[in-house]
Amino acid sequence: MDNQIKISCSNIWKLYGKSPEKFLRENKNKPTTEQLKSNNYIPAVRDASIDVKTGEILVIMGLSGSGKSTLLRCMSKLIQPTDGKVFFEGKDLLKATDKELIEIRRHKMGMVFQHFALLPHRTVLQNVAFPLEVQGIDLVKREDRAKEVIKLVGLEGREKYYPRELSGGQQQRVGLARSLAVEPDVWFLDEPFSALDPLIRKEMQNEFLRLQNMLKKTIVFITHDFDEAIRLADRIAIMYEGLIVQVGTPEELITKPATDYVAEFTKDIPRSKLLNAESIMNENDKKPHENIVNFSDKIEKIAANVLKSESTFSVIDKNNEIIGSLSKKEIIKALFAEDKNE
Amino acid sequence: MSKIKTFLKGKFLFIFGPFILLWLLRYIIPNYTISSKTPHWAYIPPKSCLGGCGSIDGFIPFVDWTNALIQFLRKYEIFGLFTFRDFTRGVANYVDKFLDFTEAVLHKGFPGYDIGPLPWIFILTITIILGFYLRGWRLALLGGTCFAYLILFSKRGIWELSMKSLAAISVSAPLAAIIGLCLGILAVKRKRFANFLWPMLNILQSLPHFSYLILVVIFVGIGTKAGVIATVIFAFPPMARLTILGLQNISQEIKEAGIMAGCTKWQMLFKVEIPAARSPIMLGVNQVIMQCLAMIVIAAFIGQPGLGHDLLIRLQGLRLGEAFEIGVAVVLIAITLDRYSQALALKEPERREGNFLKRYPYLCATFFSIIICTVLVFTFPFFNEYPKELTVSASVYLDNGIKSFTRSLFVPLGIFRDWMLIYFLMPLKAIFQSMPWTGVILLVGAIGWKLGRWRLALTVMLFVFFIASTGYWVRAMITVYMVFASLVICALIGIPLGIWASKKESRTKIVLNICDIFQTFPSFIYLLPAIMLFQISDVSAIFAIVIYSSIPMIRYTVFGLRNVPQQIIEASITSGCTEKQLLWKVKMPLAFPEIILGANQTLMFSLFMVMIAGFIGTVDLSQEIFRALSFSDGGKGLIIGLCVAFIGLTADRLLVEWSDQMKIKLGFKN
Repeated sequence: MDNQIKISCSNIWKLYGKSPEKFLRENKNKPTTEQLKSNNYIPAVRDASIDVKTGEILVIMGLSGSGKSTLLRCMSKLIQPTDGKVFFEGKDLLKATDKELIEIRRHKMGMVFQHFALLPHRTVLQNVAFPLEVQGIDLVKREDRAKEVIKLVGLEGREKYYPRELSGGQQQRVGLARSLAVEPDVWFLDEPFSALDPLIRKEMQNEFLRLQNMLKKTIVFITHDFDEAIRLADRIAIMYEGLIVQVGTPEELITKPATDYVAEFTKDIPRSKLLNAESIMNENDKKPHENIVNFSDKIEKIAANVLKSESTFSVIDKNNEIIGSLSKKEIIKALFAEDKNE
Repeated sequence: MSKIKTFLKGKFLFIFGPFILLWLLRYIIPNYTISSKTPHWAYIPPKSCLGGCGSIDGFIPFVDWTNALIQFLRKYEIFGLFTFRDFTRGVANYVDKFLDFTEAVLHKGFPGYDIGPLPWIFILTITIILGFYLRGWRLALLGGTCFAYLILFSKRGIWELSMKSLAAISVSAPLAAIIGLCLGILAVKRKRFANFLWPMLNILQSLPHFSYLILVVIFVGIGTKAGVIATVIFAFPPMARLTILGLQNISQEIKEAGIMAGCTKWQMLFKVEIPAARSPIMLGVNQVIMQCLAMIVIAAFIGQPGLGHDLLIRLQGLRLGEAFEIGVAVVLIAITLDRYSQALALKEPERREGNFLKRYPYLCATFFSIIICTVLVFTFPFFNEYPKELTVSASVYLDNGIKSFTRSLFVPLGIFRDWMLIYFLMPLKAIFQSMPWTGVILLVGAIGWKLGRWRLALTVMLFVFFIASTGYWVRAMITVYMVFASLVICALIGIPLGIWASKKESRTKIVLNICDIFQTFPSFIYLLPAIMLFQISDVSAIFAIVIYSSIPMIRYTVFGLRNVPQQIIEASITSGCTEKQLLWKVKMPLAFPEIILGANQTLMFSLFMVMIAGFIGTVDLSQEIFRALSFSDGGKGLIIGLCVAFIGLTADRLLVEWSDQMKIKLGFKN
């Protein structure tokens, strides 16, 4: 994974109201919450700056109405932001002509929708082949490619079905296949699994990870479910009332929440699943102990052993060097500390 | 219910005060009555005609202005090349070319090539196969029965007449559908055009048919092509409306999916938007077909031959048996076309796998039956032309039946009719006629203002002022009285029936099905029983109006009552409501906004039917329109038409606003 930047957003604003551009200019691009409220403007996205790196999974997370979907739509220019800049592979999207945008969308972007957005009058095969069809690729070629992608998402044999004959999970597989048919560089997923039952959701998340392991796309994934975000994300951006509150790896968000809002969010997350030995160890104690644990082991895996034994454990890094220690005390603190404060 | 009480109590005097005051003035000011020769200006609009004079003008000469405009359009040559009339006639000639073709296929044949019209066996078989394809054997049976009736009862030429009507419809329906579709798409894509189109559609749909029939006569002429053009004008608005609604209701995500796939604007329209809005658009087509059928009788007034024309002649001659036979044909065709197009609208694509025969069974069936039919037609003349000797007619028996029926009921029906006239209709008419026009303007204005919109108040006041200023005030009030009387009777029938029907699932289904069937009847059909039972009087007109326009009252009552949220009903039952309390304290108040909308629809239906009832001699605006039609007085026809439209729009604006506000209060809408 190189750290080249695929999409770069800077100072994105999206306001709804009478004449948002003028209002924003008058307030020197920094209206406060009070100013917005007193002038009857609804801020969907406020001053959002974020970069998406090539090959990473960036999850944008927030509750409904936090502006996450709007931000995603600004990135693909489905919505014209009120102010700000969006660069896609270094190209200014907001200055692109309609024709250029169509070209970019035809070849570089794929998008999956919350309610699948399949065309009801087309079969699975025709739905998946649709983005190729609008490019003018001939029938045989596009159907061959569509069949390939359908196989990839595990819907072989259902090519001739109509969307209404499929279950929700299967429909979203069609959605995934359609967005992948053009082999896009960037994959936008807008709450793709929110409309599914919890069990199916889990299955689809696994499916998604499997696909990503094969395809290595740059991904922007929207969700309101923090568990999902942690499972899938390389980095998470948390949004609150249109603002990006914090961007970081899952561990960073839990161990160093930037605001109370983030802390509140991360509170109910089973830490044992997320934190590893390194992030909770006692760094001052570098003495060798009888038992050792690996720095990247999740607490979930080692907690039972540590809590059962009376002794302290050494934490070793990649090169088998001791970088700290773990005892009952650290484990208990990590698992229950937050609750004690309440 | 309490809502109405507070509504009345709160500003009762404010709303009705000025109106009642003006009304009572007639007892104080001496020449303030209808019978005096020069009535007071505040009572009857000045310079207007009281009775049945021919050409009159109000204090604003709208009729003359309109006629001047029509003259201008007839005479003035655009760029000195051609007049507007030349243009419209040119368009009509194109329409005529299509008509020549469909007429040749269905009933004239191609004499040049020595080919006859399509034999009946083809039409019958294809109808049946289409029925199977669209929904199944029931639909096929309906279609089969319909055409079998047309063939069998063709003693007086019902088959040929039907084919003439169908030839006209098969030109007007596609034309209206295409025009409606294009206008709808344009309105969705161009906001400014929508702002212009929507009010136009409102007026076009509330204008009575007869008023633009006159314009069609002036600019196109008479005959089948004029009929087709009148039909298209009448039939395209619902198509445009449904196209707009359909396209606007496509889910945002589907549109975004189209954009993200990289669709160009045209690809978006044809590959994403229109297919996604397929069902509402096809329902629009269904509406178009129904409107075209409703027009076959009305278009007969300007000389379109076919079923409508013969039905009209039989009605005029009071040959009810024959009229009945043709009426049944019209109804059967209407129901068949309605069900077929509905089935088409709701049809989902089906997955069929296997060999060609399995994948396209209906296509193969059509192919083989065409071969078989061709062979049959060439071997047995029976299949080419159904022999006249084998046709039947029940009109003599029907005539006798109707005669003995009305004779036996003559006395009780007569008593009922006279009782209605003396104790209900006459007093009501007198009340409406004694209303001062100034008072009515104040009344609608006050109601509009009370509903919280000064713009609404201004609009409805202008509507009423227009009616008063044209000089047709007295006539208009007779129309209002007819509509009001029908509305009262419809409510008395429709609301209890709706309550009864909403109690059980099975009843709801039956009642709504009956409503469906009744609604497909072309409106003229309702005059048949009315004349049969009550001869020619206000009672028969109101009878016809009531049968036709109770349908929405029943429908909306059922809808309102059945849509009360289940949890509210459960909460009331657990609070210990009796069945009666549940109905009157919970369900009815919650269903009330819907019932108001039902009343609004009923009102529109009645207004429409009043105009048709003018055919059996009422003395309101419709009579003036018929007169204008026979004198080809385009300006008068159009202005009276606008009067009718404004009566409808005034009531519509106020009732819909009232219902909306109640819905907001109840939290059903925000």
